[in-house]
Formats: sequence, C-alpha cells, structure tokens
Amino acid sequence: MNLPVIIKFVIDLLAVLLLALGIKGLSKVKSARDANRLAAFAMSLSVVGLLSYYLGTSGIAIQSWIWIIIGSIIGSLFGAILAKKVPMTSMPETVALFNGCGGMSSLLVALGVAIFPISGGQENFDFFKSLINEVSISVSIFVGAITFTGSIVAMAKLQGWLSTPGWTQSKFRHFVNIVFAVASLIAFFDLINGNTSSIWLLVIVSSLLGIGVTLPIGGADMPVVISLLNSYSGIAAASAGFVVDSQLLIVAGAMVGAAGLILTQVMCKGMNRSLVSVLFGGSLSAQSTASSGSGEYTNITSCSVEECALTLEAANKVIIVPGYGLAVAQAQHTLREVTKKLEQNGIEVVYAIHPVAGRMPGHMNVLLAEADVPYEQLKEMDVVNPDFPATDVVLVLGANDVVNPQAKNDSSSPLYGMPVLDVQEARTVFVIKRGMSAGYSGIKNDLFDLPNTSMVFGDAKKVLNDLIGELKDLGVGEK
Amino acid sequence: MSFISLLWVLLLGSLLGLELIGKVPPTLHTPLMSGANAISGITMLAALTLIVKAEGNVPLLIIGSVSLGFALFNVVGGFFVTDRMLAMFSRKPSNKK
Repeated sequence: MNLPVIIKFVIDLLAVLLLALGIKGLSKVKSARDANRLAAFAMSLSVVGLLSYYLGTSGIAIQSWIWIIIGSIIGSLFGAILAKKVPMTSMPETVALFNGCGGMSSLLVALGVAIFPISGGQENFDFFKSLINEVSISVSIFVGAITFTGSIVAMAKLQGWLSTPGWTQSKFRHFVNIVFAVASLIAFFDLINGNTSSIWLLVIVSSLLGIGVTLPIGGADMPVVISLLNSYSGIAAASAGFVVDSQLLIVAGAMVGAAGLILTQVMCKGMNRSLVSVLFGGSLSAQSTASSGSGEYTNITSCSVEECALTLEAANKVIIVPGYGLAVAQAQHTLREVTKKLEQNGIEVVYAIHPVAGRMPGHMNVLLAEADVPYEQLKEMDVVNPDFPATDVVLVLGANDVVNPQAKNDSSSPLYGMPVLDVQEARTVFVIKRGMSAGYSGIKNDLFDLPNTSMVFGDAKKVLNDLIGELKDLGVGEK
Repeated sequence: MSFISLLWVLLLGSLLGLELIGKVPPTLHTPLMSGANAISGITMLAALTLIVKAEGNVPLLIIGSVSLGFALFNVVGGFFVTDRMLAMFSRKPSNKK
C-alpha cells in the first residue's frame, strides 16, 4: 500500500463515520441542523479524498479538470438556486426532483462505463469479474431509470402538471407494466450475455416502467412513492459503487436505501395502506366514484366568522387541525396570531398533527415551525385523540381526509381503516374551507354533514384575519 | 477489493442504515428524507471517477460531466433545502419580534 491509497482509505473511513453520525444526529430536533452540516461536510471530504487519490496516483488531466468544473458549477448552482427559492409548501415535489436527478446520475455513470469500458480496469480480466461488472451496470441502469422517470412523474403529479389518466385505472395497466418488466428482464439477460446493444432497450423499457408504475398512483399516496423512490436512488448509488469499485458509494447508498425503506413503512402505517395496495391498487379517488362513499351533502350548516369568534371566546380548550390547505393559503402566521390571542385569554390551544398532515410525515411540523408555533403544542394523533371529547372547539383548517369519520364508520369507503383524528367527538367543529370540493382523495367527507359541524366558507388566510378582527372586538387577548 | 468483501460492505451498510434510522420522531421525517436524499447524491464520486479515467475520450467526458451535474444538483440542493427546514426548528421562541 502506498501513501495515496492509505490517505484515501482513511478519508473514506472518516467520511462513512461522519455520514453515519450525520444520519444519527438528524433523528433529534436539537442536533438535526448540525448533523445535516456534518453530512454535507462528509460529502465534500469524500470528494477531496477521491481527487487527492487520483492526483497522487495517475494524475488528473487538464481536460478532466475542465469537465469536472463545468459539471460541478452548473449542477451546484441550479441546486442552490432551487433550494433557496422553492416555497416550503412544495417540499415533497422538490425532494422528488432532487431524487430523480440522483437516479439519473447513477444511470449515466453506468451508461458511460457500458459504452466506453474504463481503461485500466481490465488488466486482470476474468469471466467472474466481468459478469459482476455487467450485472452491476444493468442494475444501475434499471434502478436509475425507474428512479428518474418515477420521480419526475411524482413531481409533475404533485405540482398538478399531470393528472391521473383514466386508462391507467383499468386492469389493462398491469398488463402494460408486466410487458415492460418482462422486456427489461430480457434486456438485462441479453446485456449480461454480452450483447451491448440491448443496453438501449434496457434504458427505454425501465424508464417506461418507472412511468407506468407511478402514473396510476393517486396524489394522496405520492409521499409513499417518493419515499420508496428515495430508497431506490440509494440502491442505484450502491450499484454504481459496484460499477466503479467504491466501498464508500456502496455504504452510503445502502444506508440511504435502508432509510427510504423504513420511512416508506412508517408512511404506509400512517395511512393504513400496505405498500402493495399503494403500488398496485390505483388511485383512491377512482375507486371512490364507484363506491357508495360519494354522494350529496344533505345537512350543511354554514356560519359567519363572528359566530365562530363568539364560540371560541367561550371555549376552554381548542384544538387546531391544520392541513395542506392552510399551507397553500400561507396562513400559518395568521393562525399563530389567532392562537396567541386565545392563549392570552387563558384558553388552552393544541395543534393536532395527523401523521400524514401536509403531504409528507413531518411536513406540517416544518410549516408550523416556520410560523414560530412552540414545539410542545404540536400533538401527534394518538396522543390527541382521547382529548377530543373534552374539547370545546375544533378548528379544521384545510384538512379534509384526515378528519373524515367514514374511515371509522363506513366499511365500504376507500378510506375505511385509515387512522383519523376523531374531531367529531368535540362539542363544536368549525371547518374553514373555500368551498364544498372534496379532499385529496376525492371522497365526500361525512364530517361536514354532522350537526355539531359548522362550515366557515372562505380562504383560510382571509377567514383567520377576520377572526383576529372579531376577537379584538370581543376584547379577547387584551386582558 | 474482491466482490465478496464488497457484498459484506453492502450488507453492513444496509444494517447500519436500518439501525440509525429506526428511531426518528415523525417531526423529522421530511428533513430526514431530504437529508438522506442528498446523501444518495454520493454517485457524484462515480461520476468523478468516470471523468478522471476518461483519458481524453470526449463523449465519456461529457457523459461524466452531465452525470456529475445531476449528482451535485441533488447534493447541494438537498443539503440546502434540509438546512432551510431545520433552521425553522432551531429558531428559539424567545426571539419573536
């Protein structure tokens, strides 16, 4: 072992250690931010390690430097700009986009190695080694392509650029996807047999498979898909590690792959969906049109902001149920103003956070933290559910499916079995909503028909602003 | 590095990931997902290797460079976005205006 090899070995080891510590640190609110920076530092360290290794051994040609710099500057610049500009509400889409690009990177590396075999790697050529090489190239391409197209479709659907086409809800889609899967398997074995031209077939078919699998999945299930694709991008990185013979890549990729799987499992639990039904069950809304769950509302009570303010003033305990609609209206800060007033009046205020509130687990916590809501006031579903019967007023802001009692009462409903917040147990429920449109799953919400539910129609931000005015008139929060 | 030892690396890396991530509160799931996602951009090392070993092969240099760009987009964007999210948690309630 000469010096550059030893240095690289030590740096790689240090990078793995720091990455592991980084992921570990991300699991505590206190240390999370430092941990993220630690992980970022570990990543840059690994680049320094790799470059210094090549400088110390084979050297790096000027031409290579030029292309390294071009790629780095463009990629980093776009990444940084997007990260700075994107609003917090579209975090899931952003993660999907980043994730897709990671998959694309692995795909391109494998493609590059396959078309132009790296020189220097072939001196001790043997059959076993070349077999492994071809298998890892194929896996990189397959997983990378699925990650890329799947993530892009997921992003487009979350952004609303793409709707769920009708044909994807028929059984026909399984047939199509099976054809893609079989075709990619054929290309895979053809490639291993040494037929290099089938690489393009593999690229095309696995890209199509990524689209075909993601497209039929309804928007409500998208976070699960993104999390799963995040896991895939880790696998793609690990298999790229086999292609270029890098332990660091394999370790880091495997860690991310495992992380994605755990997160996916957590999200599925939160929505009471199995991974199989998410991937192959199609969109929830498409099922609901056929089920008895849909129908007309018969008993809607609507009320004014003034009534709402009066009821709030008389309350002892108020629970806020925030949802994605709140975030879209950018009303977190206004909501915080309202709750401050209530608190000053001695009213207990708690936020009930459904596991999948927002679009991803923890997304709502981020949005509320942005508005300075104290961490201790955010209660998770299992903690807060027993509190509803003793609660005077529940304010539902932009949440819909997660407060639908159908999930408990109606076994024919597509939502049946999903854990929900039992808001109907409270004395009064106010639902602040723009209109009577259905939630993300497209299912009628039985809560709105209940006698103790009143609808306050209007944009969340405007209603909350009016509410502040009304509360001021009532003298709430001024002691 | 022999193939078998690489497989060991893969296995131990996966176990490490499972163990590290098993105990995260739901609050941090989104930042964690985004942070882990940034780490998956480690393929940038593979892209770098490709460029260094290209030896003047221009198409390969271009492929490597584009791949490096995609990976760094993932890494830089991912870490920045995670930092933005986490900055909100660390803000102390006392420094409200």
